[in-house]
Amino acid sequence: MSGVRVLVGTRKGAFILTADGKREQWQVDGPFFGGWEIFHLKGSPVNPNRLYASQANDWFGQVVHRSDDGGKTWETVGNEFVYEGVPGTHQWYDGTPHPWEFKRVWHLEPSLTDADTVYAGVEDAALFRSTDGGKTWRELAGLRQHGTGPDWQPGAGGMCLHTIVLDPSNPKRMYIAISAAGAFRTDDGGKTWLPINQGLRSEYIPDPNAEVGHCVHRLAMHPARPNVLFMQKHWDVMRTDNAGDSWHEVSGNLPTDFGFVVDVHAHEPDTVYVVPIKSDSEHYPPDGKLRVYRSRTGGNDWEPLTKGLPQQNCYVNVLRDAMAVDSLDSCGVYFGTTGGQVYASADAGDTWMPIVHDLPAVLSVEVQTLP
Amino acid sequence: MIRVVIPHHLRTLAGTGAEVSLAVEDPVTVRAVLDALETQYPTLRGTIRDHVTQERRPFLRFFVCKEDISHESPDTPLPDVVVAGTEPFYIIGAIAGG
Repeated sequence: MSGVRVLVGTRKGAFILTADGKREQWQVDGPFFGGWEIFHLKGSPVNPNRLYASQANDWFGQVVHRSDDGGKTWETVGNEFVYEGVPGTHQWYDGTPHPWEFKRVWHLEPSLTDADTVYAGVEDAALFRSTDGGKTWRELAGLRQHGTGPDWQPGAGGMCLHTIVLDPSNPKRMYIAISAAGAFRTDDGGKTWLPINQGLRSEYIPDPNAEVGHCVHRLAMHPARPNVLFMQKHWDVMRTDNAGDSWHEVSGNLPTDFGFVVDVHAHEPDTVYVVPIKSDSEHYPPDGKLRVYRSRTGGNDWEPLTKGLPQQNCYVNVLRDAMAVDSLDSCGVYFGTTGGQVYASADAGDTWMPIVHDLPAVLSVEVQTLP
Repeated sequence: MIRVVIPHHLRTLAGTGAEVSLAVEDPVTVRAVLDALETQYPTLRGTIRDHVTQERRPFLRFFVCKEDISHESPDTPLPDVVVAGTEPFYIIGAIAGG
């Protein structure tokens, strides 16, 4: 019987949650790398037993691990992330120039076609690639050096490249997003990059319609419709139908359009999920009610999903990399909270149950659908 | 042999106990000890000092004979008792954070 493996990164280690296709009984393994911040773990679509994990802490810096047996055992791979050339400067919080300094890996995105190729989105914002299973890393410097880099500025969480979306229909095309620079696209495998922020409007920056400077929190794509992307921006849920050339707002009837996560149903390209958060000053759900909102129309019309989720006194956050979907029928949806809960829905969001509820604060959730 | 005491997370990464023994050629300095440590345990590269600048990570300190030598030149020879293996070289993580 098919099953799922949920990879959870937390403030104090990684956890692996497994279940069969019913997704009712769960086995919890971990913590792996206890005491380390695990920003992200992800498995290769080519070889599901090949996992990559990003560990970091303030004492010992960055470490990357790799597993070839689905997370049972791990080996340390390369942690040397060196910017190409003279790194130059970006803007600091006060607008003064600040040198580019590597801090940590936020996101690891394995290639769709080669288990040894993996991309790393890092802070300070840059994109790296390894083609030897994580042993060595090389920057795709065309992103940082394409022209607007000196104008990028960190968000509250740091200047991080947190989202990498690979186009399954075009191996030369990928999308990335940076807080707080915006979204970017390459059509030549990462050599050159284009800011794709037309239509974004951010009232908190000097020019609300600037080419860069937008705090994009997350991008999501359905693989069958790669020209359509959904975006959870700092404020506003956005959609593009032309691969990012222009965006329009689809926040519609959401109770608040601030939030971090956005994801798309595995089988319905117009079914989208977000978790509204009250505001950027109060990083918790409105009214103490944890609600996932689902649109079945590609945005604008949203319905709250509450069955099984706490509807009073809930003040957790759901961070940008902490939602994922499986590809079973029906689609499973998963998300983790800063309160240490990982919730799962085996019916596309209609009902929810906590798989675990006392983990350290959850930083990331990924899911693998296993044969 | 030079004795080096390393903190918990580095023990886990290196797959060792609290103390490791290293053969270090003269002159025995902080740089030479760290070079030998990273050669014997490559998984520790980048975790004690920066890959590029070779600067000590700010939340780590180096102690010998109950003295903090973190701000001394990495090329200063270490005391004879460390060279003789009577006293260890300590790598200590800041007691901070949550």
